[in-house]
Amino acid sequence: MFRSVMAGLKEQADMTVYVNGVETPAWDGETVASILLRVPNVGRQTPVSGETRLPYCQMGVCFECLAVVDGVPSVQGCLMPLKDGMRIERQRGRREVGQ
Amino acid sequence: MNPDILVIGGGLHGLSCALQAARRGASVLVVERHFLGRHASGSTAAGVRTLGRDPAELPLSLEAAETWHKMADLVGDDCGFKACGQLQVAEDDAAMASIAARIARLEKQGMHHEKLIGADELRELVPTISPHCVGAAWVSGDGSADPHRAICAFRDAAKRAGVNIIEQCQVISLGRNGQSWQIHTTKGDFSAAVVINAAGAWADKIAEMAGEPVRQAIRTSMMVVTERAGDVVRPVISSFGRKLSFKQTAEGTLLIGGGAQGRLAADKQSASVDVQALSVAVQAAVRLFPSMVGTRMVRAWAGMEAMTEDHLPVIGFSDQAEGLIHAFGFSGHGFQLVPSVGRVVADLAIEGKSNQQLDAFNVNRVSEKGVASC
Amino acid sequence: MSYDVVVIGAGPAGMAAAVQLAKLGISVCVVDEQPAPGGQIWRGVERNATSPVFKALGEDYQKGSSATAAFHAAGIDYQPAAQVWQIEDGWKVFLTAEGKSRCITAKAILLANGAQERPVPFAGWTLPGVMTVGAAQILLKSGGMLPEGDVWIAGAGPLPLLYATQLLELGGKVAGYIDTSQKPSLKALSHLPAAWRDFPGLMKGLRWIWKLRRSGKLVRNTRNLRATGDGQLRQIEWESNGKTRKRDVGVLLVHEGVVPRIHETMALGCDHDWNDQQKYFAPRVDQWGETSRKGIFVAGDAGGIGGWKVATVSGEIAGLGIARFLNIGIDAEKLRREAALDDGRKRAMALRPLLDALYTPPQTPIADDVVVCRCEEVTAGRIREAARASAPDVGAVKAATRCGMGPCQGRQCGYSVQALVAEVNNLPVGDVRFFNIRPPLKPVTLGEIATLQDVEA
Repeated sequence: MFRSVMAGLKEQADMTVYVNGVETPAWDGETVASILLRVPNVGRQTPVSGETRLPYCQMGVCFECLAVVDGVPSVQGCLMPLKDGMRIERQRGRREVGQ
Repeated sequence: MNPDILVIGGGLHGLSCALQAARRGASVLVVERHFLGRHASGSTAAGVRTLGRDPAELPLSLEAAETWHKMADLVGDDCGFKACGQLQVAEDDAAMASIAARIARLEKQGMHHEKLIGADELRELVPTISPHCVGAAWVSGDGSADPHRAICAFRDAAKRAGVNIIEQCQVISLGRNGQSWQIHTTKGDFSAAVVINAAGAWADKIAEMAGEPVRQAIRTSMMVVTERAGDVVRPVISSFGRKLSFKQTAEGTLLIGGGAQGRLAADKQSASVDVQALSVAVQAAVRLFPSMVGTRMVRAWAGMEAMTEDHLPVIGFSDQAEGLIHAFGFSGHGFQLVPSVGRVVADLAIEGKSNQQLDAFNVNRVSEKGVASC
Repeated sequence: MSYDVVVIGAGPAGMAAAVQLAKLGISVCVVDEQPAPGGQIWRGVERNATSPVFKALGEDYQKGSSATAAFHAAGIDYQPAAQVWQIEDGWKVFLTAEGKSRCITAKAILLANGAQERPVPFAGWTLPGVMTVGAAQILLKSGGMLPEGDVWIAGAGPLPLLYATQLLELGGKVAGYIDTSQKPSLKALSHLPAAWRDFPGLMKGLRWIWKLRRSGKLVRNTRNLRATGDGQLRQIEWESNGKTRKRDVGVLLVHEGVVPRIHETMALGCDHDWNDQQKYFAPRVDQWGETSRKGIFVAGDAGGIGGWKVATVSGEIAGLGIARFLNIGIDAEKLRREAALDDGRKRAMALRPLLDALYTPPQTPIADDVVVCRCEEVTAGRIREAARASAPDVGAVKAATRCGMGPCQGRQCGYSVQALVAEVNNLPVGDVRFFNIRPPLKPVTLGEIATLQDVEA
């Protein structure tokens, strides 16, 4: 749904992150929320109806970008800059307890 | 619109009194200063608990327990009640001994609702509980309900029974005129033969207007609710000797309360959260369920409710004024009593007496002495 | 940790105020959600200085470089990537950073936490593929993200125009642009003379509109925009001249203006006034930016939408106001006069009355089947039903429907619920109050709460 202008300009990605376990190139300045918009099937599933959502506001006020980041659930993706090696997984419904 | 009975306070107790009085033929008006269930009724953990009750409250509580199991008969909805049981956990041997002694006392008095269980049975009931817990008191028929659903159900049932409800209506003054009360409010003047004081944290103001000053403190118990989580626990959990109540709602949110107090505003009209005090309750919850540390709190609030010195409610006729019935001071554990207190107060209002022994709830316990009657 | 002042937000207002305070020798800590200073307007400005997107983002964006440089040069304690989740009396600021909570105390607090886009619910607005224009612009500033496929913009106000311009500059494409603004009223045009004070600003806006018109993709006078698709945005449809139009769409970006972030001031119990033209609450402040609560100051868009220039000046004014409040023996009035801050503010505000009158929030009733509360998935119909059965108070509706009880704490549904309660009760919207804002301002883990005892306060 989105792509980085950098992809056409730089030879190499700035870092690699793992999205649902899959190696994914990423760019400086990106947040977890931008990854959710670039890679399919990582948008959160709501704990109410289970429907899929994607980031809406990018400024910390909609909570549609919740994701499991490095094993921590319910992270606000738009406030979390990507780091090399970061693991991002889909948040499915109610958050798991005790992980 | 001059009713037989005017109920001051549109919380669950006021609505229950109104409903049950109206069912028996009285014309009833409820006046509520804000909106129905604004304070204690809307900020409660909604525990339906006979466990650990003061013996004085037990007859009312056991009667209420029966009603909760067939709540739909009373209000046409189960109010989200689930008989998931209530557990009072013992975190050490001393707590276990105290619980055992209490249950022995109850059984001597012929009351068998509480059951002592050991560590193994506790873990069967709650696999996620911390291994340091040694046992518990268990009431399988207790549980919890949905307070907001209860408010809507009691409201709708009351309306169907013919109760009139006026919200955003504050009582300004009360006075006797011959055989009836004159009630002056922000939405007009009313007269009624009987006034029921179910004004919660503001019941002392109403009592004072009626010429019966009472001593009453305000509890500002705080509650925490988390994001919707996967299954953690089915029964409602408390811990002996600690300020903790803990449950998981039907939506999956975890609810932590138990009496940690917030800050009361100087004008006593509102209360706010004190997170450092809240931290104590959350610590107690996390100690019992260490797996919750990463779960996120999404909301906390401080409710407001009347608290008496002995933590028992005031239920019954005024000592000073004719035609005034009190139902306040539930001190943080009134939710379960809603159906039975409403029935008893309706008895008092309509027949002038009740089959329940109400001596322990007499207003003279909290009356300011030496004040002339009206 | 203890400071004279905690500034919340490192956008134009927060940075200007902090620099001002530091200059006066006042100890100040700036706490910000973002990993780098600049706020939303200058998001990522330092990092982007060497990026190919820098030029495309335009002059206003580039001005952020000097503001952030001045901020860094002032030697201010700065806590980035931190979320403030509770503010208590005695001014304790509880915040979480890197998964740990802390408490900072201060004699005064400046809330410079800016604005958010006004949420306007419509059918399909929760579908993946629909997001705000502001969000898309932030993505542009964060890693140079461009939307792909058939990109449509629907909205009103300067931001969609600016974004469309930036996007085209970077080789992005806009398949269509639905202008939802109402026809300018005479009242709006009466603000034109004042707007000439900001001639460059006005010209900029006109240039954007010309560019767009030339593109031939402008759609006007539309009604009932809907986004459709099964679990993913596929189409949009709208009515125009009595006909329903449909387009295949990959991304739909919406925007209906911005509103102040008021959760902090609401939670603190500050008095607020209703702006009936722009349909938002803003904290009531005095000429120094102080709210009804002593020691709580507000600057920038959080106090009412004005844009970054107004925010900068109001930050400087609030800085002086706080110095005055702290009673450190400066003549704040004199400094304010010497720096001609009031003239500066007047100039910066020149275009605002025109923009506010041109771009008023949509007043179309929300259809019953539209989700209003995104977190708890509560529809307008259910909210109306609850409102009909209770006193005209959003609190009663919240309790009955769970709207506003999710993690966003009503930031998305607050104004819509207020409007629906007003509609049902036939009241002016401003007569209905906003949600009670409960702590935490942002979700925080139970583990962090439990270990607060160990945190010095």
